[in-house]
Amino acid sequence: MPEPVLQKIAMPEAPAQPTTGTVPLIEADKLSLYYGQSKALKEISLTIPEKLVTAFIGPSGCGKSTFLRCFNRMNDLIDGVRIEGQINIGGHDIYGDDVDVIELRKRVGMVFQKSNPFPKSIYENIAYGLRLHGIKAKSELDGIVEHSLKGAALWDEVKERLNASALGLSGGQQQRLCIARTIAIKPEIILMDEPASALDPIATARIEELILELKEQFTIVIVTHNMQQAARISDYTAFFYLGTLVEFDVTSKIFTAPKERQTEDYVTGRFG
Amino acid sequence: MKHRFQSQGFNFGSAFFTGLTGLATALILVFLVIILGNIFLNGWEGLSWRFVSTIPKKDFFEPGSAAVLPMIVGTTIRVFVMTLFVIPVGVITAIYLTEYASTTSLYTRIIRAAVNNLAGVPSIVFGLFGLGFFINFIGKNLDQMMNASGPHFGQPAVLWASLTLAVMTLPVVIVATEESLKAIAPGLREASLALGATKLQTIWKIVLPNALPGIMTGAILAISRAAGEVAPIMFTGAAYYMADLPKSPTDQFMDLGYHIYVLSTQSPDIEKTRPILYATVLVLLLLTFALNAVAIVVRSRMRKAMRAGH
Repeated sequence: MPEPVLQKIAMPEAPAQPTTGTVPLIEADKLSLYYGQSKALKEISLTIPEKLVTAFIGPSGCGKSTFLRCFNRMNDLIDGVRIEGQINIGGHDIYGDDVDVIELRKRVGMVFQKSNPFPKSIYENIAYGLRLHGIKAKSELDGIVEHSLKGAALWDEVKERLNASALGLSGGQQQRLCIARTIAIKPEIILMDEPASALDPIATARIEELILELKEQFTIVIVTHNMQQAARISDYTAFFYLGTLVEFDVTSKIFTAPKERQTEDYVTGRFG
Repeated sequence: MKHRFQSQGFNFGSAFFTGLTGLATALILVFLVIILGNIFLNGWEGLSWRFVSTIPKKDFFEPGSAAVLPMIVGTTIRVFVMTLFVIPVGVITAIYLTEYASTTSLYTRIIRAAVNNLAGVPSIVFGLFGLGFFINFIGKNLDQMMNASGPHFGQPAVLWASLTLAVMTLPVVIVATEESLKAIAPGLREASLALGATKLQTIWKIVLPNALPGIMTGAILAISRAAGEVAPIMFTGAAYYMADLPKSPTDQFMDLGYHIYVLSTQSPDIEKTRPILYATVLVLLLLTFALNAVAIVVRSRMRKAMRAGH
């Protein structure tokens, strides 16, 4: 097998956002993942910079979602999954023996493809995670709920009905509530697994705007099927194919001057 | 080719099958109406406030003095005590099977097979099991441990009858709870875990509250099945006659279903007893409906509360 092109990704010389600078936050080192006998991820190494948006693209079944779920160890829940290699977040091996998964998931939040608000009130959806982490005082909860809903650009639409059921919201609103719920517990990293794939174009545009706002405070890793979306919102893009990382670079390079033939074929729509 | 869309004539097969299924449905309705109608028409006259609110004298075959208060109390108590035991045990088992146990392990498959087989055991066998296990084994050993002078636990009692019924209805509760746990969107569990909840917190705060209506369905089915059962309580707690209401869990009790059996087999003059028998059957039916109604009301309140989002 040929050496993967970007064994240890060197940070590109011209960062997409020069003002932000690029500090590596997540480092995957030869990460492989097995479902039983089959190898779903093959020695993936890449470095995700802090406070930028990194997009994972690739055809269905290429392993991009599986890889994303390694960062908060959601794959732990699946029987028969085995992992080799390392993922360091902030220099700490998250698969080490001393890792508290609860603490990890507090620092690495996740927004799912299908919006999944709890069948509780809008307020309780956000308070749930806060209570789990010991915030119980009503005044404090009120403050964080408001702040998070504002952060997720949902406050103006729901401030009159915080005690109404979250299930009465539209799909786009539900997904923004899930984002609010995630940012309420102040993670450093937000993982998004195709967060807009079930939404109409207007709701999608709102989520995209929101992502651009959120990267001021959070490091965002997003899996998307929508290449225009990746081009619009991400600073870096990783292209996956059949469980391998084919190419990882500044987004504009991936879309205009990819090094790999496969990447070019995919982003120009010749396959996938 | 001109009459392409014209009917080819009467479709006999289709009409026959429609008629057959309709007939089968009608037949069931007819039987239901006959049974209920017969009981209501014949039982109505024997029903009176005195009949349901007094403790009868020993000769309860006399229309003038027959009454069913202790039987109503006894049946109600045994159904409630049974629910108290069967719901926690059944729900915990279902949680283990759906949330913790590996779906493929031999151990899980054995538990599932056991649950399914439990559902097929005849109720008289549960009665004998209750006598052997609860009374002769647990009860007698409890008596020995406490150095009781006479049998206290080692005899038929409302507690043992309720436990026997709980064992009998366990599969119903397990299966209903499992179904409701499986019906919860996996996304909810993931969302909770991704927020940093432990598995226990997720089950306790997200999974169980959403499964409550399903658990109540299990309770309703268990109550319906248990309320009219006679065989499991014949040896484990039901008394032919008691001068008073049961005062403690170790007392025996009179039971509506068992009383119907007594009235129809032990009466010295069946013609004279018949109105009492009808009235008693009617009371059992009404009590079963009432117990179910309580559970159904509780369930719909839960559903409403869930929809309101609290």
